Amino acid sequence: MEEMKDIILEYVIEEYLEDEDEVLTYDTPLISGGIVDSFSMVSLKRFLELKYAISIPDDKASPEAFDTVNSIVDLVNEFVGKK
Amino acid sequence: MAYSNKIRETYLEQLKGIQDAGIFKQERFIHSSQAADIEVEFPTGSSLKKVINMCANNYLGLSSHPDVVKAAHEGLDSRGYGMSSVRFICGTQDIHRELENKVTEFLGTEDTILFPSCMDANAGVFEAILTDEDVMISDRLVHASIIDGMRLCGALHDTFKHSNMDHLEKKLQLHADKRLKVVITDGVFSMDGDTAKLDEMVDLCEKYDAMLFVDDSHSSGFIGTTGRGTHEKCGVMGKIDIITTTFGKALGGASGGCVSGRKEIVEMCRQKARPYLFSNTIAPVVVSGVLKVLDILLANTERRDKLEKLTEYWRKGLTEAGFVLKDGDTPIVPVMLFNAKLAQDFSKDLYDEGIYAIGFFFPVVPNGAARIRTQISAGHEIHHLDKALAAFIKVGKKYDILGKSKQEIIAAYGL
Repeated sequence: MEEMKDIILEYVIEEYLEDEDEVLTYDTPLISGGIVDSFSMVSLKRFLELKYAISIPDDKASPEAFDTVNSIVDLVNEFVGKK
Repeated sequence: MAYSNKIRETYLEQLKGIQDAGIFKQERFIHSSQAADIEVEFPTGSSLKKVINMCANNYLGLSSHPDVVKAAHEGLDSRGYGMSSVRFICGTQDIHRELENKVTEFLGTEDTILFPSCMDANAGVFEAILTDEDVMISDRLVHASIIDGMRLCGALHDTFKHSNMDHLEKKLQLHADKRLKVVITDGVFSMDGDTAKLDEMVDLCEKYDAMLFVDDSHSSGFIGTTGRGTHEKCGVMGKIDIITTTFGKALGGASGGCVSGRKEIVEMCRQKARPYLFSNTIAPVVVSGVLKVLDILLANTERRDKLEKLTEYWRKGLTEAGFVLKDGDTPIVPVMLFNAKLAQDFSKDLYDEGIYAIGFFFPVVPNGAARIRTQISAGHEIHHLDKALAAFIKVGKKYDILGKSKQEIIAAYGL
């Protein structure tokens, strides 16, 4: 699943970081760390849904579930293949 | 008693938090008309001080123009003070429609609808024209009123990095399946004074079948060779689907705003926009004033031409003095100080020197991007700017920031 991790990390870096020098890892807190606000989380959810052909219910798209790349991967894996 | 001590304590605690964070806002009472020279009571209870106003949105110096004041008096006499009704019951006078038609002519659009303020226009327009099948794609630095308007709308919301057209294009591709797409931007961004790339945005919107929304509140009346706004400056007049703007800045500065653009969109607002449906519109006295403002601007470009020259003079003076400015060519000229406390102290010292200019810092601007935002007006004369520049230089020397780079200022004062 390394590939999914990297795809999501790359998306988050490209989407949310303004400063190219900023370092982001799989465990960097995105929402609690102030990198992604709850408003912008919507686009991340949409990206995941389109990319992996899944549908994430709103009650599962919590700030906690979206807080790190690792937790996002776990969330996506819950739904992949469940269509 | 419903308002118990517990409730009171809750609010007092929150207010203390605002004070402790250094972001408690205090009004300064102006005892004169809005102009380049004003008389201010600050702090409250102190004697009046004559200062030069460098922070009003009075870009064209029309807030207290004698012709505008006279027209407002005449409007008051002929159409009365209030309407006591919303537009669609019995709150529409002939002059309201006359103003809508005149704004349409001025902006080069298809139709216009008035709102009590541009805040209301932005709060009402998205919900009126979009549903949950649609998407709004906004620049990340759009004005707070647009953000509130988007929050009230059921359409999906996404953002693109400030003025980053590659990122916008990716977002348009990502949301290609949506029924309607609206790209949303300010014309001139109020904190940095930079202009949106409307020509490129129009091309992208045409390519991806999206509408383009522009809030031109900091542009209408003076940006572009005849002051029509950023769409004139960028050569895309007639190609912006939705323009919102205010009469509370350059266009007389009293109050009121509008949505101007495609006929059907304006009609949708008339049928569905809640701030239009459930609030009185602009008072007749203000409508009369704005009509005169537009007459003045349609007659010649004298005031915006003067503003352009004064802006160049002010930018050149500050740059030669060694201040760090935000790039741009609009009358919003931010003097960058980076550190919040430095911005506050600098503003206070300027005030002591007779210059009224406010420091802005987080959360109004990003952390580490504190500044004094100066705004030029056609009501200024060269002597005002010379005096203001002398004060800036004196205070700049006190804090030893003249000729210093961003990094040097941050090294000295921190972020």
